Amino acid sequence: MGTKLYKRVYVWEFPVRLFHWLNAAAILVLVVTGLFIGDPLALMENDEAYKTFVMGTVRYVHFVAAYVLLVVFLLRIYWGFVGNKYARWKNFLPFGKNKAKKLGHVIKHDILLVPEKKEDYYHELSIGHNPVASTAYLIFFVLLAVMVLTGFGLYSQNASWWLPKLFSWVPPLLGGDFGTRLVHHTTMWLIILFIIVHVYLVIYHDVVEARGEVSSMISGYKFARWERFRSFVRRKEKIRKILEEPVEEEMMS
Amino acid sequence: MAIQSTRETYYEAIINQGYTRRDFMKFVTFMAAYLGLKNSAIGQIAKALETTPRVPIIWEHYQECTCCSESFIRSDHPIVADIILDKVSLDYTETLMVAAGEQAEAAKHETMKKYHGEYILCVEGSVPLGSDGVYCCIAGRTAIDQLKEAAEGAKAIIAWGSCASNGCVQSAKPNPTTATPIHKIIKDKPIIRVPGCPPIGEVMAGVIVHVLAFGKLPELDSMNRPKAFYSKRVHDSCYRRAYYDAGLFVESFDDPNAKKGYCLYKVGCKGPMTYNACGVIKWNNGVSYPIQSGHGCFGCSEDNFWDNGPIYERLTNVPGFGIEANADKLGKVAAGALAVGVGVHAVAAALSKRKEMRKRRKAGQANLQDIEN
Repeated sequence: MGTKLYKRVYVWEFPVRLFHWLNAAAILVLVVTGLFIGDPLALMENDEAYKTFVMGTVRYVHFVAAYVLLVVFLLRIYWGFVGNKYARWKNFLPFGKNKAKKLGHVIKHDILLVPEKKEDYYHELSIGHNPVASTAYLIFFVLLAVMVLTGFGLYSQNASWWLPKLFSWVPPLLGGDFGTRLVHHTTMWLIILFIIVHVYLVIYHDVVEARGEVSSMISGYKFARWERFRSFVRRKEKIRKILEEPVEEEMMS
Repeated sequence: MAIQSTRETYYEAIINQGYTRRDFMKFVTFMAAYLGLKNSAIGQIAKALETTPRVPIIWEHYQECTCCSESFIRSDHPIVADIILDKVSLDYTETLMVAAGEQAEAAKHETMKKYHGEYILCVEGSVPLGSDGVYCCIAGRTAIDQLKEAAEGAKAIIAWGSCASNGCVQSAKPNPTTATPIHKIIKDKPIIRVPGCPPIGEVMAGVIVHVLAFGKLPELDSMNRPKAFYSKRVHDSCYRRAYYDAGLFVESFDDPNAKKGYCLYKVGCKGPMTYNACGVIKWNNGVSYPIQSGHGCFGCSEDNFWDNGPIYERLTNVPGFGIEANADKLGKVAAGALAVGVGVHAVAAALSKRKEMRKRRKAGQANLQDIEN
């Protein structure tokens, strides 16, 4: 007895994957440089100040990565309106049709780890984001927005370009640069917490469901049971019709 | 108008004080420079001070320590203090006026009545709103009562110092008297906030000369601070900035780096978050300022700077998590706890899903046998 039949689905389009990895790289760089800026290492350096530019370089890298993050963030929002059904903005809302059952399934069997009773539970699995994940990504978008607002808000005072200056209203709202920095730094930690859970759950789903969760963000493909496809339903219908046809007469003659 | 024509101008007052025209012009030039104005403005200021009758000033003191007044009278050109505080136009200030008691109050009320809508109200100190304002009473009346009365007829209000512009130490948690800055009480008058504990004397002089000479408020930023003095971080005009960019920091106050004058960022300098002109104008006639004297910026001109501690550490505390709970400490604990949680979940999942996974593995192994080539 073999496995069930699976079909390959192109879930994550190229821009989605590209944005994902650009984001991952930008966030990695931003967190590392950000932690350095918050608490720089002691340099055992005896040279004059003009000979080194460590902090300046780290800050520069931080700002470049911040621009990458901002651009990717905006492009991803755009893609939420033109991308395929798994990239659409509606995916990120926790409610909607058929979501309650899937949501319940994720909470019960993936978070609380209640053993599966049903033999075949593929109807409760999501092909794109599951409802818990999509809610987490919605919160993650908000965290990124907070980072962009506070980060560019802090940066705006030094900037001469109009774009960062658009954010100059942020620090007064948060009680000056003190409050803004605090929010920026604390939100970074929330993002780190998100990454820990995100990476764990991706591996978890790959191991538990074996539908190509990890590689899907590289290749774009995930695997879904054949029973979920219209073609299957149509074929089933056809077979049913054939089976129901009165065949005795022909056989008799 | 009849009243105004009989009032002496600033220039007349200055000359009557015994200053020469040369002193006057020097003073005007200083002020234009502080305000960041170009050469041609010097003539404008001189002309304005020559022709404008003095604007009466009422200078109120509420919850404060008078360091603003102290700073003001130490601004590097004495004319300001002389003409504004000493003789000419200061109609009421608790600290410096000669009159006392009923006479003083009578003089104030006379000014408020006579120059209704014309006088400038300078406020030093915050106003307690708790317990009906009884924590600060002057002449038997509460500060809030006094402020509302004085503000009613004022042309503009200058909130001197951190007390008046953001509450300073008395509004630090838990703020027992509900000390409140002026702009949260008076909403219908133009208010200039000149934060700092105290503000730099020259900044105070510059603000008041601008108001007097041009008859309008200086250009203000989104937090109502004069742009000429509060548009840059202390960090951005700091002479130690090169060490910051190089990554050369004082690690502790007694290390060789401190002696070499490296950046004080890691020992809690608040310069990167503080908007003020300290690095440019400096203090005590340009002698020095905190960072030049080897101590980090305190952030005294920023909102809630008392609650944004600790003073000698880079990261500020996260409110609501007790003392010494900065974002990094909390973050490390949270990330560690989460990592443990994730590990526990992984083990639990391996146990909970073992039947499913075993079944699938068998199916997969069966497929292996099924492979034809």
